[in-house]
Parts: sequence; C-alpha cells; structure tokens
Amino acid sequence: MAGEYANSSEYIQHHLTNLTYGRFADGEWGFAHGPEDIAEMGFMSIHVDTMFWSIFLGGLFLAIFTLAARSATAGVPGTLQNICEMAVEFVDDNITQVFGSRPNAIIGPLSLTILVWVFLMNMMDLVPVDWIPYLATMAGIPYMKVVATTDPNATLGMSVSVFLLVLYYNFKIKGPLKFGASLVTHPIPHWSMYWFNFILEFVDMLAKPLSHGLRLFGNLYAGEMIFILIALLPFWAQWALSLPWAIFHILIIALQAFVFMILTIVYLTQAHEVDEH
Amino acid sequence: MNINLTMLGQAISFILFVLFCMKYVWPPLTSIMRERQQAISDGLEKATAAEKQLEQANESAGLELEEAKKQSAELIAQARTRASQIEAEAKSKATDEAARIVEGAQAEIDQEISRAREELRAKVGELAVEGAERILEASVDRAAHEAMLSKLSAQL
Repeated sequence: MAGEYANSSEYIQHHLTNLTYGRFADGEWGFAHGPEDIAEMGFMSIHVDTMFWSIFLGGLFLAIFTLAARSATAGVPGTLQNICEMAVEFVDDNITQVFGSRPNAIIGPLSLTILVWVFLMNMMDLVPVDWIPYLATMAGIPYMKVVATTDPNATLGMSVSVFLLVLYYNFKIKGPLKFGASLVTHPIPHWSMYWFNFILEFVDMLAKPLSHGLRLFGNLYAGEMIFILIALLPFWAQWALSLPWAIFHILIIALQAFVFMILTIVYLTQAHEVDEH
Repeated sequence: MNINLTMLGQAISFILFVLFCMKYVWPPLTSIMRERQQAISDGLEKATAAEKQLEQANESAGLELEEAKKQSAELIAQARTRASQIEAEAKSKATDEAARIVEGAQAEIDQEISRAREELRAKVGELAVEGAERILEASVDRAAHEAMLSKLSAQL
C-alpha cells in the first residue's frame, strides 16, 4: 500500500496525521491540508477523526449497555446481558478491592465507561492500518487516524477530567484546609521545609494526570507505529509479523484499558483517604 | 503531538458518557445483579432448610415405621394367641360333643339290650309254656301257673 507515497517516511507521516479542522492564521476556519496548516492552526483546532471515532465508539458502548440494561432480568440472563454483567462485575470487584465499599455513585459508572470505552478505542488498532484511511482517501478525506487513544488529546482529555474529579473529592472530603496542609506537611514535617514539600507534592500531583494520560497514549502510539512499519513490507510478507504483533496487541489493548481504569480508581481512593500518613 | 481543542472536546464527551452511564447503565445492571444474588442466596437457604426438613421427615418416617412394625408384631402375637385359644375351645367342644354322642349311643344300646332281653324273656316264657303244652299234650292253664312262669322268666 506504500506505493502511492513518494517514500516510506511520507507514508508514516501521513498515517500519523490527524484530520484537523481549525482556524488558519487569517481567521478563516477550515480543514488542514498538511503539516504546515496544522502547525499554523496551533491550539485553535480540533481532530475531527479522533472526535468522530471516540464519540462513535462511546455511543456504541452506551447503546450496547443500555440495551442490555433495558431488557435485563434478575432471572436467567441472555448472552448480551451476561457479557455486560461480566464487565460490570469485573469493574465492581476492582472497585471493592481498591476503593472499598464507601458509597459513591460516580466511581462505578466512571470506571465502567473508562474500561469499555478505552478498550473499544484501543481495539480499532486491530483493524488493518490501511483499510479505513484508504477508504477515507477514496471518499476525499485526506487524513484519517482511526485509533483515538493514539491521540494524546484524547487520553489527556480523560486523565485531566479524572484529575479534576480527584481535586473535587480532595476539597470535598478533606476540606481546603486539610488538603492544603497535606500538600506542605510531608514528606518532611517541619515548618521550615514546607516550601520544599510543596514543590515535591505539587510536581507529584501534576505528574499524576500527565503520566495517567501519556501512559495510555504511549503504549497505543507505539503499537500503532509498529503496525505501520509492518505495513511497509511487501504484502505477502506482512502477515508473518502483523499476525504475532496483533495477537500480542490483544493483550495490550485490554491491559491498557484496565490500567487506565485501575489508576483512576487508585487516584480517587487517595482523594478519599483522610489520614493516610 | 499537538495539544489542541480536541482535548476539551474529548473531556466533554467523556463527562457526558459518564453521566449517561451513571443514569441509564450502571444502576439498573447493578441492581439486577444484586437482585439475582439475593434470589440465589435465598434459594440456597431454602434448599438447606428443605434438606433439613427431609432429614426430619426421614427420621420421623423411620420412627413411625418402627412403631408400625411393633404394632403389627403385637397384632400377630395377639392373633396367634386368639387362634390357639379358638383351637383349644373347638377341641374341647368337639371332645365334649363326641363324649355326649358316645354316651347317647351307649344309652340307646343299653336300652336296646334291655328291651331285647325283655322280649327274649317273654318269648322264652311263651316257648316254655308251648313246650310244656306239647310235652303234656294238654293246655296249661296260664292263670294257674302264672307264678311259676314269671319265676322262670326271671331266672333267664
């Protein structure tokens, strides 16, 4: 498939570029037609492909689960209900183990949404890398990145949302005074070192959403990159590498969805623990 | 790696998805799962209770069976005694009856013997008179010899 490109680096570059809609330097809004356009737009742009695939897959997740919840029965469950209940039970077990049995209406649905949504977005990685971009090109769409989680905007958007929720709980459970105190009183509980503690704790706090989002992005980006590199091989040789990598990737997509969910639960748990040290 | 408005859009859609999930997915599914758990634990409890009941029923059935056996054994013993009683009664009655019949027969025989003896005696008297008449070729006056005749028949 690399034949239509001048060279392989252009092919890779094309596959790693999002379909971007944004504001040009002259104030006009429109689709970017190359890396220069995207650089010109800067922050005032949006990745249409990321938004489309993430919302499409999120809607798919909610449609499936709402359908299962609508027709759910406490008697013998059907196949769809079984699958959905497995996911719910898995999430619920993990919450009970980490978060405990504190009453909280948000953490359950939040974790379930993360697990299934991220899993579905990751799973788009298993669709052969050229299929959807090729179809999109035929339809006149210049760029199409299918895997939303290979876009740091998507992963950071989620991790920052989780971070804001963690801040909210910190304020709500500990109160602004105790929360402020927790930022400055350790690791060295002496007033003269409070400034130093604050720097440490502040960096630690900011590192959480960053590492949370970038971990998922990095794993999926690297996986996607390898698929693209494999796609540069002649078509008759690709399967020898892409098949083992895809099989291995099944593990990664599930594992990264799970890790993202568990970290969310862990951060929320930390926000709820008052006397930790 | 460009950070742009996509991040905001993603955060908004994320929040909306979570809210939707909070309202329409999580509560119904978890409540139904809890309901089923309750139903299963109720069922298990009931099964245990039923098992215990069955055990009790078996036990009482065994006791009743034993009681019935005892009763039947008693009845059989009673029946045996009654039967042997009836047998003994019947035997004694039959013996009595036989004795009575034998006695009656004996009496009849005695009567018959005495009657025959009487008849014989009378006949012998007549024969004696007739013989005497033949011997004497004359009639014997019965009235004149009555005393002698009856003495003779008494000797027989």
